[in-house]
Amino acid sequence: MNIVEDLLNHSRLALAKGITAVENEYDNAVEIMTKIYPHTGNAYVIGITGPPGAGKSTMTDGIAKEYRKRGKTVGIVAIDPTSPYSGGAILGDRIRMMDLMGDDGIFIRSMATRGSLGGLSQKAGDAVKLMDAFGMDVIIVETVGVGQSEVDIVKTADTTMVVVIPGMGDDIQAIKAGILEIGDLITINKADREGTDKLNIEMEMMLELNPEHVQWRPPINRTIASRGEGIEEVVNSIEEHHKYLVDSGKLAEIRKKRIKSEITDMINVRVNRYIDKNVVRTPDFEKTVTKLQSRELDPYSVVDGIVGKVLK
Amino acid sequence: MANVKVLVAKPGLDGHDRGAKVVARALRDAGFEVIYTGIRLTPEQIAEAALQDDVNVVALSLLSGAHNTLFPKVVELLKAKGMKNVLVIGGGVIPEADIPGLKAAGIKEVFTPGTPTTKVVEFIKANVK
Repeated sequence: MNIVEDLLNHSRLALAKGITAVENEYDNAVEIMTKIYPHTGNAYVIGITGPPGAGKSTMTDGIAKEYRKRGKTVGIVAIDPTSPYSGGAILGDRIRMMDLMGDDGIFIRSMATRGSLGGLSQKAGDAVKLMDAFGMDVIIVETVGVGQSEVDIVKTADTTMVVVIPGMGDDIQAIKAGILEIGDLITINKADREGTDKLNIEMEMMLELNPEHVQWRPPINRTIASRGEGIEEVVNSIEEHHKYLVDSGKLAEIRKKRIKSEITDMINVRVNRYIDKNVVRTPDFEKTVTKLQSRELDPYSVVDGIVGKVLK
Repeated sequence: MANVKVLVAKPGLDGHDRGAKVVARALRDAGFEVIYTGIRLTPEQIAEAALQDDVNVVALSLLSGAHNTLFPKVVELLKAKGMKNVLVIGGGVIPEADIPGLKAAGIKEVFTPGTPTTKVVEFIKANVK
């Protein structure tokens, strides 16, 4: 099969195989991405993040259904963490989205984070591009808001939504630097629970004090995603943000930022892997570590020596 | 970095997922990427999910007695979607007498109650393509 040609002709199998190629770094991955690149840049990318158990997958399912009602096709990249011990993962996002199976206008891909040298942002970004070239109108990237690479992924979306739930801590949590800051939209899910009003006020306060929110102030929506309540309003908010980005000219800005961040990430991954292979995994390095442990050497001199050798 | 991907699914009208979850956990601990899809699924939902995630293995669990109908249907649909080389295995309360028929229909192995999870892991490692 010709993955690129078939994918552009809407073969779902080719899309699946294309994502596998980039995920597993098969030899043909670079060729696929090179050929696909001119066909990308058309989809609208939505990032959804929030703490575990906030209801991101259920929300994603609801948003996808709402977009289908509005005649749009939807791609979903759902990311779950890899176990640092076994290297395995339980990818459980799909369980909330099984009712979307059988709709040709939907394609969901589960992805594991696969450790720090796995190049997650690059792979997720490539999966988005493949879905984009396939012709999906809207692409949702869903991931837990822990770990820098996960945050980077959603941060580079056109619209980023942070999902919060009541009962996860006081307002000091809300003003701590963190994922709340990256939200263009804030959604309070499980809004039938106690503490919703208080959380809403805290979120308002947090937004009120942010000087960046002059032109676009993130709307706060309330949902009960498991019952589909409030989802329509969330999609309305996404579309309002989309319109704001287009009208203000910010969309091009965001997309330029995304390209910059993607390319920086690709360079970092390449450099990190070079160092891992040629510095960290060498017998010399083991000896150096032993000498550091016995205090014969100090870390700063060692790093200067190594970095000097690698980056001339 | 090609990790083995396993889709764990329960076809049909049967809500008993303890076994499937234990197996999912054991497969994760063996270093596999496990896509857990839950209960009460149609063969079509399972095959489509297997295609989208391009899995290497589909592990079906069933305790309702409908295995002779639903397991082969999943194999058929996977083939129809062009998913070759997917290792399909099954587990659950399955009478010995039904196992040869299931194997003939493309279920590569059937694990009955009491099987240590390590046996499932070993079988996947030895047979996955």
